[in-house]
Amino acid sequence: MKRKLEVSELIFKIISYTFLTIFAICCLYPFLYAVSAAISGRDVVEANQIVLLPKDIQWYAFKEFFFDNSFWNSYTNTLFLTVFGTLFSVITSILGAYALSKKRLLFRKGFNFFLVFTMWFSAGIVPQYINYINTNIIFDAIGITDDKWLVVIAMGMAAMNIILLRNAFEGVPSEIEEAARVDGATETQILTKVYIPMSKSTIATVTLFFAISRWNGYFWARQMIQNSNEHPLQVYIRLKLESSLNLTDSVWSKPYAVYSGLYALIVCAIIPILIIYPFIQKYFAKGVNMGGVKE
Amino acid sequence: MKAKATDYLVYDEATGTYSENPEQRVRDDVEKHHWLHVLKIVIKDWRLYLMLIPMILIFLFWRYFPMYELLGCFKNNETASKVADQLFVGFYHFKRLLFTTGGSELSLTFWQAFRNTFVISFYGLCFGFPMPIILALFFNEIKSNVMRSIYQVLTYLPKFMSTVVMTSLITLLLQARQTGATEADPGVVSRLLAAIGLISQETADAGLLFDPKYFRAIYEISGIWETAGYDSIVFFAAVIAVSPTSYEAAQIDGAGKMAQMRYVVLPSILSTIVIMLITRIGSLLNVGYEKVLLLYDSRTYATADVISTFSQRLGLENGDTAIASAAEMMNNIIGMLLVIGANTIAKKASNVSLY
Repeated sequence: MKRKLEVSELIFKIISYTFLTIFAICCLYPFLYAVSAAISGRDVVEANQIVLLPKDIQWYAFKEFFFDNSFWNSYTNTLFLTVFGTLFSVITSILGAYALSKKRLLFRKGFNFFLVFTMWFSAGIVPQYINYINTNIIFDAIGITDDKWLVVIAMGMAAMNIILLRNAFEGVPSEIEEAARVDGATETQILTKVYIPMSKSTIATVTLFFAISRWNGYFWARQMIQNSNEHPLQVYIRLKLESSLNLTDSVWSKPYAVYSGLYALIVCAIIPILIIYPFIQKYFAKGVNMGGVKE
Repeated sequence: MKAKATDYLVYDEATGTYSENPEQRVRDDVEKHHWLHVLKIVIKDWRLYLMLIPMILIFLFWRYFPMYELLGCFKNNETASKVADQLFVGFYHFKRLLFTTGGSELSLTFWQAFRNTFVISFYGLCFGFPMPIILALFFNEIKSNVMRSIYQVLTYLPKFMSTVVMTSLITLLLQARQTGATEADPGVVSRLLAAIGLISQETADAGLLFDPKYFRAIYEISGIWETAGYDSIVFFAAVIAVSPTSYEAAQIDGAGKMAQMRYVVLPSILSTIVIMLITRIGSLLNVGYEKVLLLYDSRTYATADVISTFSQRLGLENGDTAIASAAEMMNNIIGMLLVIGANTIAKKASNVSLY
């Protein structure tokens, strides 16, 4: 038997649909506008006649980036940082978390505190920067100053992610480990054949967190890499924005407006994320719900 | 000395049972913590300890060494380049930072940044925190799965933009009227706001981002726009966990929508709200410095400057690292107290420890 909706319930339903529709439009609009502004003609963009739909369509802004080496260079650098940086962070975190998850590890409490303390107290940007400058000699000796590899090994670890992994490993029943050990498995085999397959979803989520932070990384990449050939996409976009907004004296003679170029750049930066977004969304939702961690 | 059976076990004549000798436990403990024994365990299990090393090194290098550099706030950085060799000056830099002596501008700027840090995060707590909860309740009203997924995907979308892309977008959408080589009207959002009368045309022309009055509003609204949808996931999970029979029971008792919210939904999502609120308070001082850094301008320091950007400007651009470290130290200690306090409350309130 279907019950008739009460007035208050009906009102609440209407409010929620209206509100969600407005909110969703607000979320979507800037991106639609960015696309429209990127492909509209120069006069239209400069007179700011676009509200939603593009007018006077041109593709020069995209074309310019498509044939621009420095743009593709920055894209490759970001891919490099994302792939190798994520691999580095994930492998280091898995190894550390596995060791920490073992009850027989000596000084286990001490190591855990060593990790958790960095979540309570972080030195801050300026001391980190001074430390980076002071230890530059070491990286000079290895030959990775002003290089992507430096960003790969620096600033990539998050204590929270290691704790998520540690908790997942602790959740694996110890009987399985004992069984594997009786069968003659080594420590490495136990990790790769038992623990990693059994905590796949946590590892996927943590990998995703690392990958996102690597893809978005800006501040340290800008501080550590001066050579413009090595700049990742985020730094490239920011520098482009800074130089484009200070164009007061020079003459802009391109067939598209300055802003079309910037919007085109933003669209280019978003597209790869939109493509993989449907595949990674469920891991994101999972990761958020793992937030409340128990000790 | 030869070990006797009574070293390990004690015979209790009254009950006729053997029990462990308490002295033996002490002896075991001593032996267990003998360094040679420890070394033996480590060598036998060397793979496990080898796995720890990369993580330890990374954290030592990028997290603990900077903490040592932070001690520079007690030293005179002009006497030597290394913190260890510098002369100890006690709280001199803190005094310079906290008290206006000799009409220095420095402490005024610091207190301004200090106030801004708290105000920005407090506004975030007041306006940014309830929004995901409201969204989750609204999502729950949509019974069609397809429709709800569409709404959810759209509202999660801004979360996936990097800080640089997002701030670039904000800058462009709120840009000032351009003259000179490129002539353009103000950005589309500025024009929209001016058209509905929320801001004056002059403000829109001068650039909304350059007006100190509007910086916090821009920061908070863009923050809600960016994270509200994504943060609603955890609340939505709590809301859909409410059993439909509870609603039915309330409806039979004649509860309207507000009463259902008050007596059915709220009690079941309260624990989630408390945990998220405590987490939020713990990271109250972690104002996204990157976002402020990318959005602010010398014209908006009055409302935009936070402690992180203040010390970053002082340390990295002016080279006054000692006083920048002192500002960081203040920020870190208050932040740490908040985190530990929030965690203790969480443990007491819900038996859930966040770390």
